[in-house]
Amino acid sequence: MNSKLADKMATGVFVLIALIFISLLTALFSYILMRGLPVISWDFLTEASSVVREGGGIRDQLFNSFYILFVTLVITVPLGVAGGIYLAEYAKPGKITNFIRTCIEMLASLPSIVVGMFGLLLFVNLTGWGYSIIGGALALTMFNIPVMVRVTEDAIRSVPADQKQASLALGMTKWHTIKTVILPSAFPGILTGTILASGRIFGEAAALLFTVGLSTPELDYTNWNPFAETSPLNLFRPAETLAVHIWAVNTNGIMPDVTEIAAGASAVLVLSILLFNLLARFVGKIIEQKLTANKK
Amino acid sequence: MITAEKPLQRKQSDPQPASSIIETRHLIISYGPTVAVDNVSLLFRKNSITALIGPSGCGKSTFLRSINRMNDIIPSARYEGDIIYEDVNLLDKNIDVTALRKEIGMVFQKPNPFAKSIYNNIAHALKFYNIKKKKKLDELVEDSLRKAALWDEVKDRLHDSAYSLSGGQQQRLCIARTLAMKPNVILLDEPSSALDPIANAKIEELIIQLKKHYTIIIVTHNMQQASRISDETAFFLNGHVIEHGETNQLFMNPVQKETEAYISGKFG
Repeated sequence: MNSKLADKMATGVFVLIALIFISLLTALFSYILMRGLPVISWDFLTEASSVVREGGGIRDQLFNSFYILFVTLVITVPLGVAGGIYLAEYAKPGKITNFIRTCIEMLASLPSIVVGMFGLLLFVNLTGWGYSIIGGALALTMFNIPVMVRVTEDAIRSVPADQKQASLALGMTKWHTIKTVILPSAFPGILTGTILASGRIFGEAAALLFTVGLSTPELDYTNWNPFAETSPLNLFRPAETLAVHIWAVNTNGIMPDVTEIAAGASAVLVLSILLFNLLARFVGKIIEQKLTANKK
Repeated sequence: MITAEKPLQRKQSDPQPASSIIETRHLIISYGPTVAVDNVSLLFRKNSITALIGPSGCGKSTFLRSINRMNDIIPSARYEGDIIYEDVNLLDKNIDVTALRKEIGMVFQKPNPFAKSIYNNIAHALKFYNIKKKKKLDELVEDSLRKAALWDEVKDRLHDSAYSLSGGQQQRLCIARTLAMKPNVILLDEPSSALDPIANAKIEELIIQLKKHYTIIIVTHNMQQASRISDETAFFLNGHVIEHGETNQLFMNPVQKETEAYISGKFG
């Protein structure tokens, strides 16, 4: 076989693989959307779910998903970025650093159901919080921090060394250099990591089953006092998320429209992640332009 | 003056000749087992340009980077000997390196402006030193850009990205950024080797102008550049200074045969 033919075949194989991926993705999306979109209506999004009756919505689940995403990101991003800064800029190469890195990678590869069980033990039972949003957010934090640390470390390491030198040579301190020169340059990478983590958080069910539970108390959307029992912002209440809801209605739902609810909720979940990604990238672009004065 | 947080012990002994600003004494710099600079004693005169020449790997860049302690960021770097700057030993453990680097600025081989606007490239370090008033910042930014002969080219687009400038303009921006710190000494590490001949000529012209107010030490691979702009030249080879003297003297009448071989292009 001559090398030209081999080259053509390689191109063909890769195009074929790409086509398979694209058709799989399209099939999956169209299946979810075709089944789900007809179900989605204003009522579906704004009505509370019902355990037995037909026509329940997903209002609380949708809110819970976004709220848990928000709380988790508030915890995960600062800790993860701090860890990444430490590993990239402060940790001395050696056994201890390698050990830390191994631990972080192990943590990232833990099955989420195991994290959920651990969360049940630690954040539900030991703390006495019961099923709570904060417990769920902490469980999600546990396996998303490694991703954030890793992504931040890589993003910082990919900032050209001459940027750091320039800043140090002007007499700025190491911390000021990291804060004002390195982090802004690493921002796009960190943002991508955050978006990836968000997708995982938003779609996660297993780790939340045992930490935020399968129910949502009666919520009063006019009460925004985070310490009130019925406030949607209360961190110490159980909260069924969208992904958990899909799992729950599919496995033991007794309402007559189980299939429709599952299909509609799946479509909303996928669309929410999509919208969130687009929004995050859009906002990220604006922040990046502010930081770098780049008008691309 | 270096205003360190920790007070510096200024040596009262060893009076300096009035015209010298930096002196290295038996300076040895090593990276682990490798000795990069071996027993170098050099004296740099105030408001003069000294060129450091020599083949790649001869230790001239390491030497230059030791003067503002930029080698500190390489963990294996070790110093012996003294670098005396205005009666202060810069290798002293108690030196506040940030104050030192403010006073002894550095410009690198590859233009390395920050990924910020032209304005903020200069204002950035000023803000760190607590100059926050917009009027004062505007003034200092303009002043530094004028000194670096860049003002006329960028005055209408100060808030564009520094990356929108050409390589030569970027390098002058880096010089402007250093000048904004009001340094006494400027270290230039092959500042125009990555630039085209026209940009190079502009940088050289600028360096000669800056001599009036600053002491300049420049590492260069370009011997024409050394002979065009410098007052004194030091020739480095394998970590040693083979010859140091007035530039004309060194290029026309080198004393050492290695110097002659190098400047006539026989190696390096």
